[in-house]
Amino acid sequence: MSEVLLSVQDLHVRFRTYSGVVYAVNGMTFDMRRSEMFGLVGESGCGKSVTGLSIVNMVPRGGEITGGQILLDGKNLLTMGEDELQGIRGKRIAMIFQDPARSLNPVFTVGNQTVRIIRQHLPVSRKEAYRRALETFESVALPDPERIFRSYPHELSGGMQQRIMITMALSCGAEMLIADEPTTALDVTIQAQILALLAELRKTQQISILLITHNLGVVAETCDRVSVAYAGRVAEMGKTDDVLFHSKHPYTQGLLAALPQPASRKAALQSIPGNVPDGLTLLPGCAFYERCPFAMPACLEKPPSLLPVGEPQGSHQVACYLYPQEKPG
Amino acid sequence: MSAAPLLEIKSLSVHFVSRQGIIRRRTRLVRAVDEVNLSVYPQETLGVVGESGCGKTTLGRAILQLVKPAAGQVLFEGEDLLRLEAGRLRRRRRDMQIVFQNPYSSFNPRFNVLNVVTEPLLTHTSLRGDDLTRRAAELLEQSGMPGDILFRYPHEFSGGQLQRIAVARALALNPKFMVLDEPTSALDVSVQAQIINLLQQLQAERNLTYMFITHDLSVIEHISDRVAVMYLGKVVELTTAETLFSGGAQHQYTKALLASAPMVNPAARRERIILQGNVPDPANPPSGCPFHPRCPVAIDVCSQVVPELIDTGGGHLAACHLVAGEK
Repeated sequence: MSEVLLSVQDLHVRFRTYSGVVYAVNGMTFDMRRSEMFGLVGESGCGKSVTGLSIVNMVPRGGEITGGQILLDGKNLLTMGEDELQGIRGKRIAMIFQDPARSLNPVFTVGNQTVRIIRQHLPVSRKEAYRRALETFESVALPDPERIFRSYPHELSGGMQQRIMITMALSCGAEMLIADEPTTALDVTIQAQILALLAELRKTQQISILLITHNLGVVAETCDRVSVAYAGRVAEMGKTDDVLFHSKHPYTQGLLAALPQPASRKAALQSIPGNVPDGLTLLPGCAFYERCPFAMPACLEKPPSLLPVGEPQGSHQVACYLYPQEKPG
Repeated sequence: MSAAPLLEIKSLSVHFVSRQGIIRRRTRLVRAVDEVNLSVYPQETLGVVGESGCGKTTLGRAILQLVKPAAGQVLFEGEDLLRLEAGRLRRRRRDMQIVFQNPYSSFNPRFNVLNVVTEPLLTHTSLRGDDLTRRAAELLEQSGMPGDILFRYPHEFSGGQLQRIAVARALALNPKFMVLDEPTSALDVSVQAQIINLLQQLQAERNLTYMFITHDLSVIEHISDRVAVMYLGKVVELTTAETLFSGGAQHQYTKALLASAPMVNPAARRERIILQGNVPDPANPPSGCPFHPRCPVAIDVCSQVVPELIDTGGGHLAACHLVAGEK
């Protein structure tokens, strides 16, 4: 088995809307390794959620994957039939979302919903599925699992609902979890609980987690590697520490400088001028051109390629004309 | 702080009645703000921080009389807003304005920018005609928007731009005091920095006093002079931002809250304290200290007696049985 579990290559997704075609994802490329926590970080509209949905082929209506490949263990998910995909979605790759209340069915108990998921994917009896579901509830250290098992979603708090979502997602032994802003709707003290749970599950069950978030702090504290997305492409990718503490891309640098830091108390924050692009018009070159302090004429010609910078070779990559665009040697 | 406070809140309480059940009706009383005492001094920024449901937004609205408090006093320059007759309260409203969290829902979609910015001027001043239009353009420019957008509508703007227009609207009557209720929480980081800078610049130019409400600790640390930490309708700690963020927090909840926030900068990280459980139901708060069921160091007395908010030295207030008061 190779080290790479999931590989997204040159993914393109666009949406037809009343205002015109929105280019949501424009050549997203990254590899995720086995049992790694990989962060996909960016601001609203950078294509991070659409990329997550594309992996499980659940791009919402009006959207269309127009190019690229998504390889799970070398097999392209985008060319798979619905039957084959059904064997992967929920079973090998599971996904959780920002708002757990909207992901759970309000008219069934959470235990009932978990049993259904298990029976959907595994050839087990109702009794066996029930036993298994209760077991997974216990494994995520839910207090009083039997009571929670019989609860309806509205009887549980947001943090508890998100725990249930994670439990359900992993109830069929998924090896990969896509977590799309799993803690954004939660308070910080609850967020800390959920992040601790994800880290724990990753250790005990060796699952790989794709963490989609806008919060650089969450990435810094949880992810092994990260890719920073802007306007549907990866601007910079590498080990979390390299990307956050030795950032190369002007966008990453700007984003970090814009964060309020203890050292900057009361001083003016560095801000990135202008707004996040809306995806309605696609610049021929680098999408960050209009907001970039280092923009040069070359940036407008074609989008820069994502290429390695610095040492050790290949681990830290950046898509920017400030760095050599030719592969050395 | 030697100057007289601009705003003094005394034992302010706001209660909501929540009705439940379709067949068997039950009503429950939620004490959203419970006996809060706070002072806001001229030209300072008082940060109010807490998790969802702690009453921070309700506190801000109760000060401006946008929700009716159940009891207490809100003294604005010594005048109690709760007991002011309608006409005088209306005149007082010029001095106090608010910027809301969600810029997409705090504008009337049928109002163009001119209508939005001039509405307070039409209500409170005799400015009309060209003067009014000129004033609107001026306000927009002060908030970093071009003056020629007067005839455009809210849907044409991004969140950051709308928030600038909301600031222009709030500034229209030259207020002394502004409640900023999560003004950057709906914005992206790169845009958040622009709005924070704008607010700080306006404060310096116009000697404004801010109450900045947010759940984002790094924003609170950046912008506040003093910080009030709220939990379940009560202020549990109040001190300078400097003390609070340089390891001086005394209340266990504040400590846990600070430790929970994920930080990019490893030097700023604190040892994580993971609190068990959730924020209790505000309609059915625990006895004694509202934080005791989650508190890692709770003792017997915590579940029986509500701790008073006491001065622990140098004006640092905390409501905790384990923190000794100044003798």
